Amino acid sequence: MGAKAISMTVDGVAIVARSGQSVIDACDAAGIYIPRLCHHPELTPAGNCRVCTCTINGRQSAACVTPAANGMVIENDTPHLTADRRTLIEMLFVEGVHPCPYCVASGDCELQALGYRLGMTAPTESYLWPRRKLDATHPDVTLDHDRCILCSRCIRASRMEDGKTVFGFEGRGIAMRLNIDAQGGLGETQMAAIDKAASVCPVACIVIKRDSYRVPNGARRFDKAPIGSDIEARRPGAKP
Amino acid sequence: MTSVDNIIAEFRADRSRLMDIVMAVQHRLGHVSDASIQSLAKGLGMHPVEVDDMVSFYSFFDRAPRGRFRIRLSKTPISLIKGAQAVAAAFEHDLGLTMGGTTPDGEFTLEWTSDIGMADQEPSALVNGVVLTALAPADVPHIIAALRQSGHEGGLPPYPPHRGQGAALPRARVRPGLVKAGPLLSDLPEPGTAIMSALAVTPDAVIEQITMSRLRGRGGAGFPTGMKWRLTRKSPGKQHYVVCNADEGEPGTFKDRVLLSEFPDLVFDGMTVAAYALGSSEGLVYLRGEYAYLWEHLQGILDARRKAGWLGKAVGNRAGFDFDIRIQLGAGAYMCGEESSLLESLEGKRGAPRDRPPFPTEHGYKGQPTAIDNVETFVCAARIIEKGAPWFAAQGTRLSTGTKLMSVAGDCTYPGVYEVPYGITVNALLDLVGGSDAEFVQISGPSGQCVAPKDFGRQIAFEDLSTGGSTMVFGRERDVLAIALQFAEFFVDESCGWCAPCRIGTTQLKLAMEKVVAGRATRADLVGMEALSHTVMRMSRCGLGQMAPNPILSSMRSFPEHYEARLRGEVFVPAMTMDGALREAVTVQGRESMMETS
Repeated sequence: MGAKAISMTVDGVAIVARSGQSVIDACDAAGIYIPRLCHHPELTPAGNCRVCTCTINGRQSAACVTPAANGMVIENDTPHLTADRRTLIEMLFVEGVHPCPYCVASGDCELQALGYRLGMTAPTESYLWPRRKLDATHPDVTLDHDRCILCSRCIRASRMEDGKTVFGFEGRGIAMRLNIDAQGGLGETQMAAIDKAASVCPVACIVIKRDSYRVPNGARRFDKAPIGSDIEARRPGAKP
Repeated sequence: MTSVDNIIAEFRADRSRLMDIVMAVQHRLGHVSDASIQSLAKGLGMHPVEVDDMVSFYSFFDRAPRGRFRIRLSKTPISLIKGAQAVAAAFEHDLGLTMGGTTPDGEFTLEWTSDIGMADQEPSALVNGVVLTALAPADVPHIIAALRQSGHEGGLPPYPPHRGQGAALPRARVRPGLVKAGPLLSDLPEPGTAIMSALAVTPDAVIEQITMSRLRGRGGAGFPTGMKWRLTRKSPGKQHYVVCNADEGEPGTFKDRVLLSEFPDLVFDGMTVAAYALGSSEGLVYLRGEYAYLWEHLQGILDARRKAGWLGKAVGNRAGFDFDIRIQLGAGAYMCGEESSLLESLEGKRGAPRDRPPFPTEHGYKGQPTAIDNVETFVCAARIIEKGAPWFAAQGTRLSTGTKLMSVAGDCTYPGVYEVPYGITVNALLDLVGGSDAEFVQISGPSGQCVAPKDFGRQIAFEDLSTGGSTMVFGRERDVLAIALQFAEFFVDESCGWCAPCRIGTTQLKLAMEKVVAGRATRADLVGMEALSHTVMRMSRCGLGQMAPNPILSSMRSFPEHYEARLRGEVFVPAMTMDGALREAVTVQGRESMMETS
């Protein structure tokens, strides 16, 4: 018994989804890019960043946590949604400390790449200048809390993929922070540089030591093509 | 075994009871230390980081030692009107502390807290769970003296507090709050009457009665209760749960406090009727931590109901209908009033909302079908089953049947709870409470609407001014912008932090509003603040973020002239001020800087 195909439209384009797929997964497969930050194709969605919010059947819903359903009418690439997403990216920039010009992740950073893709120039919101710690206790991994955008990717990866639960949240509201499963720093946890949790960070919060400049600035993923290009290349009839 | 191990054993190492377990640790040891986190993790088969994730979320759990007596003063626009600042100053003076501080002997910690549900008798405070009301600065020395004399035998007083604890404390008294009863709260039946009426018909017929009454949820969202019960009943599950949302956290409301203290049997009758209709054997009341003083009273009522056969095995002598109720105390998080966060908290986790679908009617407490209703909704349900749907539907308007309990406080002569028919105008309500010369009324709390006199002809109803009941009346001498800022601060404190738009947006809105109130905002700032408000509303994950910009947007709509009056004419004024930026340096140097004038 095959699962019944689901048909829906995204900005007027008809696409087909499989039962059990989320809206974002169905769109990814169809070559339609919905901007996102906390979603990762290999992890259970958590809905932290809300960047993938679309207008689905007239309501605002995050595409990563909305199951695809037959007849769905989805608006994704609209000036309104782009403006809201750009504001969200700006908020994340001012919440932490993100000095792109000298950040190790520049060119490989999804936050930076979304800023470019969504047309952010300079943040208009107030910088919050948080006081957060740098954790360099681990021999192979640096944890720079200033860069953290609380996307929970590492929390999910460590729990589900690595089976270690090295990370969690702490506190609430604007004081919420990434927390680790040891009092003495990351070096006291089971964390290893080969863990899934070490490779899913979208920014430069979790950085593998002595590895950062293997690919030089200017030759990195998003230096070559805007974020989402890989997904859009899957679209039938897309130019190679 | 350590005390932590004993506590874990007491709750049979059940992770879903983490709220109770941590609460017990907090009150036995004074705080939840790193060592306690380790013991909890070990005893419950969790990672320490998972325990901390939950503990660090709630305001009433401390990770570091604080004073043996925790004095928490309620800070709301109403309490400030009624003189909370002077009471705070008296405490600060007598204890030699500033707000947030602890005395060197470790006896007292003094701090502000969000609304504690006493808007009709502010200024109010919580002292280790005991509620003090109608405070004046002159009471403060007596309170401190009484606390110093009480219980020096070590450890914290037991929690939840019992009646004896408050006995020696001046002002430890909550006045009854009901001013005007209507049909819902008059001619009260004997306990169990609604249950017997329900048992006389089928569960489906009970749901049919509720549907015909067109009862809608009284928490403010207004979802049809009959439909909720039907959806829950027909969802498959190992167990169906009835949950009463008594996390009455919306600033300005206190009608659930009145129902639970004065009409608890009606609440439990309603829950039991729901249990029969849904086929449930377990009910839970999520009682906000601020109402811990009601714990002993409510447990007494539940015991009496068990003895009378209204709870337990074969309720109302109906073989096979077993139902009991457990009360879960919260721990200081407004967020948990949102139903999916409430479920997370009930399961012993941080109170972060869930994404929907699935809805609680299918996938609620412990993944099972769950009907979550407001305290007042259960009271309505009990009366509908007792007196019939037509009796109920005869009151109110076509789309909003029945009566509504309104919690009214602020600049009015007779604060309290009023039972009024839906459809009543703001004007008529103000006449009742002695607040006719109000400058504005905040309907439904910070997450609701700021209503100006030109709109006092509007109706309290789901189709017009929809409300959970909070009604704050503000007189002519009040500053609407300063109050909007206080509400913006409230959302900063209470945002759960899970999603970016609410976590960061609430803080950005507060900063923007501070600039307006300080008279430093430009027209461009106002446009920016409005745009940001809309983004936060559209992008946030749950109702808290979606409604957090309401105080700003609705005051902008109701009082544009107040905003205009504070604007600066320049095209651009920076967010920072020179003086503010130099403040740290000035403090370090111990001398003021001089501005060069040309």
